[in-house]
Amino acid sequence: MKELIVISGKGGTGKTSLMAAFSSLAENKVLCDADVDAADLHLITNPKVMRRSDFQSGNTAAINNDLCTECGLCRELCRWDAISAAYEVNSIDCEGCGVCVYFCPEKVINFPINTCGEWFISDTRFGPMVHARLGIAEENSGKLVTLVRQESKKLAEERNLDLILTDGPPGIGCPVIASIGGASAVLIVTEPTVSGKHDMERVAQLAMHFKVPAMLCVNKFDLNLDVTRDIEIFAKEKGLTCLGRIPFDPVFTKAMVQAQTIFEYSNGSKAGHAIKGIWNNLSYELGL
Amino acid sequence: MRISIASGKGGTGKTTIATNLALSIGSNVQLLDCDVEEPNAHLFINPVFEETGTIFTPVPEIKEKKCTYCGKCAEICQFKAIAVLEKTVLVFNELCHSCGGCMEVCPEGAITETERELGVIQKGHRNGIEFIHGKLRLGEAMSPPLIKKVRDHEIPGKVTIIDAPPGTSCPVIASMKDTDFVLLVTEPTPFGLHDLKLAVGAVDMLDIPRGLVINRSDLGDDQVKEYARALNLPILMEIPFDRQIAEAYSRGDMIVDVMPKWKTKFLELYEKIKAQLN
Repeated sequence: MKELIVISGKGGTGKTSLMAAFSSLAENKVLCDADVDAADLHLITNPKVMRRSDFQSGNTAAINNDLCTECGLCRELCRWDAISAAYEVNSIDCEGCGVCVYFCPEKVINFPINTCGEWFISDTRFGPMVHARLGIAEENSGKLVTLVRQESKKLAEERNLDLILTDGPPGIGCPVIASIGGASAVLIVTEPTVSGKHDMERVAQLAMHFKVPAMLCVNKFDLNLDVTRDIEIFAKEKGLTCLGRIPFDPVFTKAMVQAQTIFEYSNGSKAGHAIKGIWNNLSYELGL
Repeated sequence: MRISIASGKGGTGKTTIATNLALSIGSNVQLLDCDVEEPNAHLFINPVFEETGTIFTPVPEIKEKKCTYCGKCAEICQFKAIAVLEKTVLVFNELCHSCGGCMEVCPEGAITETERELGVIQKGHRNGIEFIHGKLRLGEAMSPPLIKKVRDHEIPGKVTIIDAPPGTSCPVIASMKDTDFVLLVTEPTPFGLHDLKLAVGAVDMLDIPRGLVINRSDLGDDQVKEYARALNLPILMEIPFDRQIAEAYSRGDMIVDVMPKWKTKFLELYEKIKAQLN
């Protein structure tokens, strides 16, 4: 069983659109949306939720003002200035460290666990999908990412499926680290812009740091052939496998508006042709 | 005045708007790039960097000679950053949130604070723009602590423009909170709309006035506009898809440098933001 994570460094390079396209091409797979903060893959795959669970992580302090003596120790200890002069905890600022709770001499600070999102196991026209929704302004600690990956693995094992195809988050922080550790490979989707190249280099280094084999493709490549070439030279120097290039193609947006993959929307697009080539190379590299 | 620029969805044009707005305003302006995981603004502004500083966060250091393995430090830690076994204490620095609880609770005074590197902050300028960004150390999981350090450089009395990261979770909150206006940048597509709704939810949780810029405004459908109308989210600027802009962006060129008519439009945007606040 192989687990492929599609990442980018920079947002907006086309991870989710490419994931949707791969969903049309791959067989015997589980789809996993690990981009839990602003997840979008479900907008194309139209999942039918079979199982829904709350995601609970972290706690937030809450002071019982009726019993509080306003001694001020909690405010003194709080390193996030989360407790106001009126002894109210700002739940957005509260880090959930529990220090105020522990040291309150009157023991009047409650510390309930946060329900900060939910996760789903669903059916789609492409097969099973594991996805999640992180609540707005919640801590994006990577725990929910880890959870959806674990559930995807379980599902793949139960149903004897060869591949977990995962939509990863942008950036290089906690959610990305949680999404790539132990994966069979990552596919970095980049774009031929100075921003795209800069961010791709950082996430590629992250993948190398965590010893995850990395592949790469350049989306919208015809926007700038010079930067496309620079990216491919960097990739070769660092041992990233270049899978191919995808031309800029309005079919992506048109298909998205119809909640379709580009292959469902149109048969003969240039981007579609390029993606089929990339998918063949990818399958070969992964040993599918 | 502090203006944060956020989006929900990645790749909608936050950095494009932030950099071109800053350059158009031109003087008495600060640009803070708070997308510390993947900072891009410097690629366009090309500031002359004057200062680079490494930023650290406190983490525990345990003097085993004083430690009695009582386990209170592990007990208080909400983040599993300390494990106490029979005659060993293990500290997982990368998990530490720097709350200081273990140091407070240790009955033997065996815990002091050492440091974990978060990343670097660089300061510079280009003409009348003061430029500050943070770059997260590769392998560092948490961006909000570094974002807060970048924001410590805000100077009241200047126009401070903050380029936020994508998403709606803690790094974005750290970038947007305590600003006077949030300018949301979207694309008129289903992904753009879906994530915009989440971003508006986050902004409204912080109770900050907001406005909208629609980028690549002719590639997609009308749903974003309908949503904006329904929510009283004023549309302050629209940028149609323009291959020339896309190519300039790909090279690291500023739109207002390559196509000067856009400077007027960004100044109009600035006036509209000020009008929203009055």
